[in-house]
Amino acid sequence: MTFLPMAASGGEVPVVEPIAATGAFSLMWLLIALPLAGAVVLLLGGRATDRWGHLLGTATSFASFGLGVYLFVEMLGLGEEERQHGLRLFDWITAGSFTVGFDLLLDPLSILFVLLITGVGSLIHLYSIGYMAHDERRRRFFAYLNLFVAAMLMLVLAGDFLGVFLGWEGVGLASYLLIGFWQHKPSAAAAAKKAFVINRVGDMGLSLAIMLMFVTFGTSSFAGVSAVAGEASETTLTIIGLLLLLGACGKSAQVPLQAWLLDAMEGPTPVSALIHAATMVTAGVYLVVRANFIFENAPVAQTVVVVVACVTLIWGAVIGCARDDIKKVLAGSTMSQIGYMMLGAGLGVAGYAYAIFHLITHGFFKANMFLGAGSVMHGMDDEVDMRRYGALRRAMPVTFITFGLGYLAIIGFPFFSGFFSKDRIIETALLENPVAGVAALIGAGVTGFYMTRLMLMTYFTNKRWAEQAHPHESPAVMTVPLVVLATLSVVGGVLILGDWIKYWLAPVVGEAEEHSTPVPPIVFSIVITVVVAIGVALAVFLVGRRDVPREAPSDVSPLTRAARADLYGDAINEGLVVGPGRVLVESVTVTDAKVVDGLVEGTSYGIGGLSGRLRRFQNGFVRSYAAAVLLGVLLVVGALLVVTLA
Amino acid sequence: MTPYIVLSAILFAIGAAGVLIRRNAIVVFMCVELMLNASNLALVSFARQNGNLEGQVAAFFVMVVAAAEVVVGLAIIMTIFRTRRSASVDDASLLKY
Amino acid sequence: MIAFWVLAPIMVLAALGVLFVRKAVHAALLLAVVMISLACLYAVLEAPFLFAVQIIVYTGAIMMLFLFVLMLVGVDSSDSVVETIRGHRVTATVLGVLFAAVLAIGLGQVGLAPAVGLTEANADGNIEGIAAILFSDYVLIFEATAALLVTAALGAMVLAHRERTEPKATQADLAARRMKAYADRGENITPLPAPGVYARHNAVDTPALLPDGSPAPTSVSRVLTARGTVRSAPDMADDIDAVRRQMSGRPEPEADTSRAAVQGETPGDSQRPDRGGEQA
Repeated sequence: MTFLPMAASGGEVPVVEPIAATGAFSLMWLLIALPLAGAVVLLLGGRATDRWGHLLGTATSFASFGLGVYLFVEMLGLGEEERQHGLRLFDWITAGSFTVGFDLLLDPLSILFVLLITGVGSLIHLYSIGYMAHDERRRRFFAYLNLFVAAMLMLVLAGDFLGVFLGWEGVGLASYLLIGFWQHKPSAAAAAKKAFVINRVGDMGLSLAIMLMFVTFGTSSFAGVSAVAGEASETTLTIIGLLLLLGACGKSAQVPLQAWLLDAMEGPTPVSALIHAATMVTAGVYLVVRANFIFENAPVAQTVVVVVACVTLIWGAVIGCARDDIKKVLAGSTMSQIGYMMLGAGLGVAGYAYAIFHLITHGFFKANMFLGAGSVMHGMDDEVDMRRYGALRRAMPVTFITFGLGYLAIIGFPFFSGFFSKDRIIETALLENPVAGVAALIGAGVTGFYMTRLMLMTYFTNKRWAEQAHPHESPAVMTVPLVVLATLSVVGGVLILGDWIKYWLAPVVGEAEEHSTPVPPIVFSIVITVVVAIGVALAVFLVGRRDVPREAPSDVSPLTRAARADLYGDAINEGLVVGPGRVLVESVTVTDAKVVDGLVEGTSYGIGGLSGRLRRFQNGFVRSYAAAVLLGVLLVVGALLVVTLA
Repeated sequence: MTPYIVLSAILFAIGAAGVLIRRNAIVVFMCVELMLNASNLALVSFARQNGNLEGQVAAFFVMVVAAAEVVVGLAIIMTIFRTRRSASVDDASLLKY
Repeated sequence: MIAFWVLAPIMVLAALGVLFVRKAVHAALLLAVVMISLACLYAVLEAPFLFAVQIIVYTGAIMMLFLFVLMLVGVDSSDSVVETIRGHRVTATVLGVLFAAVLAIGLGQVGLAPAVGLTEANADGNIEGIAAILFSDYVLIFEATAALLVTAALGAMVLAHRERTEPKATQADLAARRMKAYADRGENITPLPAPGVYARHNAVDTPALLPDGSPAPTSVSRVLTARGTVRSAPDMADDIDAVRRQMSGRPEPEADTSRAAVQGETPGDSQRPDRGGEQA
């Protein structure tokens, strides 16, 4: 496989030059402050807030969303040059000539994220009211959700990499707390810890990148770095880019730091929908897009992004094909779809806008499907194994229809949102880097296969329910968000009408020059649709036409076995990191116990043994002591004689 | 004067050996006295050798100290005997490892 | 030098005797021999004052003190032959011989000039000469020895003193105790029998005879028993029989009945409760 390094694809890399926020824009801090206040009240308020805590949490999220919408509308009314608003809340770190401000930046990129986070977030808050109704720790759950929303908003609103890092760690914390929300389950606690540890590796990359920026540019603000990024040596920029990519891999579950995402499904389903599908895991994509001024000047790093993206999108899709756990299939799918976004981001100016576009549509349909899966589980006594489902379309029609719309969106059924967003990425990839394009095309086909398999095993085929299962439709508080998200999944494609999103993001990511495609774009669409159709047909043929066994068959091909084991991601980690680390620690322990302690204790034992022998001289008989004295006198006198007579 | 000094040395050595060999505290004490007397003999001999009386004065002081020592030492032996019913120095051997 | 060559072997032999005799009393007497001989040597060495002091203080006072303590501790106390510390006797002997040899050899190597003699120093008399030095150069040390002697005397008193921890036993107590001893162990209520008093031997070393003619072991001091100097009562009886025969004028050759010697019997008084405590 050869990836040709791509030259920075023409055009000037835009410089971040925010204008001081005025009017409504100076209230942008409220976006963060509202959910943060909710979290603080709910966490500090304790049991006193149990009764209305979930309502407060939902309200703050919706308030933030309302403000976001207002600011978005305001921004729409402004000229292209006036859409970047900076706000310095206070001087954060001051040390000599070195100053880091607590900067916020609201520009076309971040406002889209604000809308996605608060919009989807609010819907999921709403959904959680129903989903967590019977959990006695619901208030705490909403506090964590609010904390997450605040941290995520901090991440996307920060005007400085250090601010991004603050939000980055905040979402990591919230993710940890929420994955391990049912901490009484050892598997949940372990999954939370695993996610946290693997994220640390990525965080290390991000923090090193920020430090390197400080050293190289003397600043870490977007404005400062973007202004001088072109002047730094390409090697430095490549290193920064790779470190940023490492951070992105950790947060976005890209190979090789992908292993935590599937385990993260131990958390409550709304968490999986919000954090591990729609928002947090896309932070890596945001970071790469946001740092476009770095990557545009570091083609090698960009190429690595493409490689990682292609590997991940295939990797995730393969996992999705084999797993029977509905949430794990969706998690594999999420990995794969984020791979698409990363691919878009790695393609440079031509792909940034499509990466964000796919990010948003994916946020809609994947959140929709996760919530749908949650709804199914809700009705099936928390059963997650698809081999225990089957023929649920009649039992829960609303869930089925909304899920089906999300399904059509993700496989790229024509004129659904995913059709537009994925099409554009694959198309761009085929043009910019044919090898990556083919990989993405194959990924699309596999996506069609595993999503169809999921649909069939869950809603069609024969009943394989547990005996006591009584599938039922979820309450309205859960189905309303499903309906809203399903609608968005269908119509999300409107953002691309007239290339609106491309022009909208142009001030941030730059504008690609128009390519003259060798064939009309419609050809790409047809090819992609055909590939997806093959995948779907294969699934119908292999799954839909046969009886699905209740137990997973064990005589399967090696590929299936590997995919069931998440392509041995854990084994690789175990072999490459955990095993050697354990051996190292054990050898150090043994060295400490045997060598160091041996030396120390050996000395003490030796002295102790010697003392044990020597103390026998102290036998208590005064006559022995007298003999010793006489011996001494004899020696002294003898010595005197020898000296005198010699 | 050499014979006197040699005699003194022999007596001293016999006294020292006695201290080591005898176990009856009183006899041990006698041997100590023997050693003191031997040294006194040497002192007196050296007084004559050097022609001044300082050696005799020293011997006199030794006698005084010996008297004091005997008084206290015998009192100690008495006390030990009273508590232990034995005058053997080997019996008082508890202060050990 | 004649005196020296006469006295020196005596002294060495006596000193070796101190080393080897088993009985402490004998050792004390041998030590006295050494000390008196030493006093004679002092006289030969022109030290008449020390000659006197040696006799008076050492032989007179200190040796008497030793004997006194020996009597208190028990004259029968003697070393057992078994050495308690392994290899100690050999070590001590080797060390002592080595020490003597080293000292003798060392001294033998030193050639001493002819003795100056004390004629000049003793011109005003030995005692005056010593006094002149003692009360001038050594006066402070002399005073210190005074303090030392007082301290030693006080120390000896303190050591010898025993604090009374219980009320002094009255005669009634003693009587009650004796009755109890009789009740418990069948001991004598009455005083112990007096030793035999015969016409020819007004002797404490002769046991009294019980009505059946056997000797009463408790009637003699256990010290004498330990020393083995107790006379046999039947021997005395033989004498008396012989006298009686002479007086009656008819010779009777029977005289060999019931000749039980006391020596062999251990009076077992080591188990006897010590009565010294009650006398304090």
